Amino acid sequence: MKIKTLLVAVGIGAAALTSFAADITGAGATFPYPMYAKWAEAYKKETGIGLNYQSIGSSGGLKQIRAKTVTFGASDAPVKGEDLDRDGMIQFPAIIGGTVPVVNLDGFKPGELRVTGPVLAEMFMGKVSKWNDPKLTALNPGKTLPDQAITVVHRADGSGTTFNFTDYLTAVSKDWADTVGKGAAVKWPAASSVGGKGNEGVAANVNRVKGALGYVEYAYVKKNKMTFMQLQNANGKFVSPDDVAFAAAAANADWFSVPGMGISMVNAKGDTAWPISTASFILMYKQPADKATSAEALKFFDWAFKNGKQMAAELDYVPLPDSLTAQIRSKVWTLVQK
Amino acid sequence: MRPMMETIARRQRIQDVLFHRVTQVFSLLVLVALAGIIASLFINAWPTFQKFGVRFLWYVEWDIVNEEFGAAIAIVGTLASAGIALVMAVPLAFGIALFLTETCPVWLRRPMGTAIELLAAVPSIIYGMFGLFIFAPLFADYFQMPIQKLMAGMPMIGFLFGGPTNGMGILAAGIVLAFMVLPFVAAVMRDVFEIVPPILRESAYGLGCTTWEVVHHIVLPYTQKGVVGGIMLGLGRALGETMAVTFVIGNANRMPTSLFSPGTSIAATLANEFGEAADFHISALYALGFLLFVITFVVLALAKWMIVRAEKAKGV
Repeated sequence: MKIKTLLVAVGIGAAALTSFAADITGAGATFPYPMYAKWAEAYKKETGIGLNYQSIGSSGGLKQIRAKTVTFGASDAPVKGEDLDRDGMIQFPAIIGGTVPVVNLDGFKPGELRVTGPVLAEMFMGKVSKWNDPKLTALNPGKTLPDQAITVVHRADGSGTTFNFTDYLTAVSKDWADTVGKGAAVKWPAASSVGGKGNEGVAANVNRVKGALGYVEYAYVKKNKMTFMQLQNANGKFVSPDDVAFAAAAANADWFSVPGMGISMVNAKGDTAWPISTASFILMYKQPADKATSAEALKFFDWAFKNGKQMAAELDYVPLPDSLTAQIRSKVWTLVQK
Repeated sequence: MRPMMETIARRQRIQDVLFHRVTQVFSLLVLVALAGIIASLFINAWPTFQKFGVRFLWYVEWDIVNEEFGAAIAIVGTLASAGIALVMAVPLAFGIALFLTETCPVWLRRPMGTAIELLAAVPSIIYGMFGLFIFAPLFADYFQMPIQKLMAGMPMIGFLFGGPTNGMGILAAGIVLAFMVLPFVAAVMRDVFEIVPPILRESAYGLGCTTWEVVHHIVLPYTQKGVVGGIMLGLGRALGETMAVTFVIGNANRMPTSLFSPGTSIAATLANEFGEAADFHISALYALGFLLFVITFVVLALAKWMIVRAEKAKGV
């Protein structure tokens, strides 16, 4: 009896799914994946409409949306305005996070060590190669820094985190901009540098090698209780990374100054702004082939902007401020044909 | 009676032909897949070969931002780590195989042999994690640092032990690879040692040879080429190993200058960068993949050829 009811229920459920809900599909950046997955789960519970998001990497997401195999693509690095126009796509930010320099130094608590952007760039270039370099001791008066070599740990795989971090170093150091540049993967110049696969690989290497210096996405700093460094921001203030500091960077950003909202939030102005903050972007077609599913995807993000803030905070992401989401609704989403 | 037999015979003939054709198609599929892989690798790699030409092979550069690519760094890392692995694994495997076939008590043979085969079944990611979290810290503290203090000042060989001592690098990757290829090489060596006809071995013992003399003068000459084939199989595995190497080699796109330098291998570069590669970078990665294919193909072909020659020489 019980089994029979169950079967009937499953049958009805399956029928309902196939008849009403066309699942939304998306693909791209790995950085916001935990967030999108959590939103999708809650959204499915509420509306019965599923979201199938595949975290295949930002450039993979671009390829998929250009091949029109998914409803939306997701990328950590914004797509240029001219490319958006050529493909007939819109772009908007969906979530904000930050990248954080982390160290492994005995006797230092998180946030005790201070560094400026240019000095950080020199450390990653191998020009400042010891922890007791005069440039570091000058920034940290009263602290005894060890006579230890700096082992630079970077991402071995291409990633949005690396793009964000090198984008920042490029913005603050001319030397870095000239010799290394920015990208999802770059040629790391320091002789001591080693690569780790994924944020967890970098975190593992930093935690294992004494004197290591690396950079990871903020969620990993919290999860692994890593020793982060305070960074000097564009206003000359030393700040610690947290969701408030990321939000401050986003608040001061002039989103519509660049077509496709593709602004870079690095080195943002504001006394409390974290200088290596970033947004993760969503890409969709203005004239989608499947208008119904495309509208469903916008409904999903509308729902997530309204109801997803608590979930974002739980996962250490920063939701977009209401003023910004209102503008996205009125200025960007209206371009999509329904 | 007769027509019936004929029908049966004809039916059987048709069945045989059908069976032959079907299995032939299956095996041809493998060839088609192989040709397809080579072709698609080459087509995708073409822009890189076109831009850099043969220079791609020895160009020491891997600059993704400026799209300057050369395979030298990855080829050196691949060959060096695989070479180190063989230098360590082959003598060990040789000892194991000798013990199992010559001096091991009969009751211990099976459990020992099975244990070695099980070692070969451990997934490579396990070796990688073992390498990064357990082996590398010990290696840094108890090998790299003391050895560097001891050797770094020496003329001629001192430079081999310079560089960062953080437990990762070419040598660390080579050692982890040695663990991985050891069971393969040992198993093949044991198998070829076992095919030495007992009569030869017994005659030698009968003449008063020691075990080492039997091995040196009878077993080894008889199995020489099979042994080389086994080593080549191990080398093939070491060249293509991905996960374990990625964990410990350091993943640095720089030419290694010492045994402790971080470097990268072809397989590790592909595993790390493919996911987020775009445009020309993808083509360069395909070109690396094509080179790895060529290197592995040459090694395996050599191994097969040697095994065939060994069997011919024995008249099997």
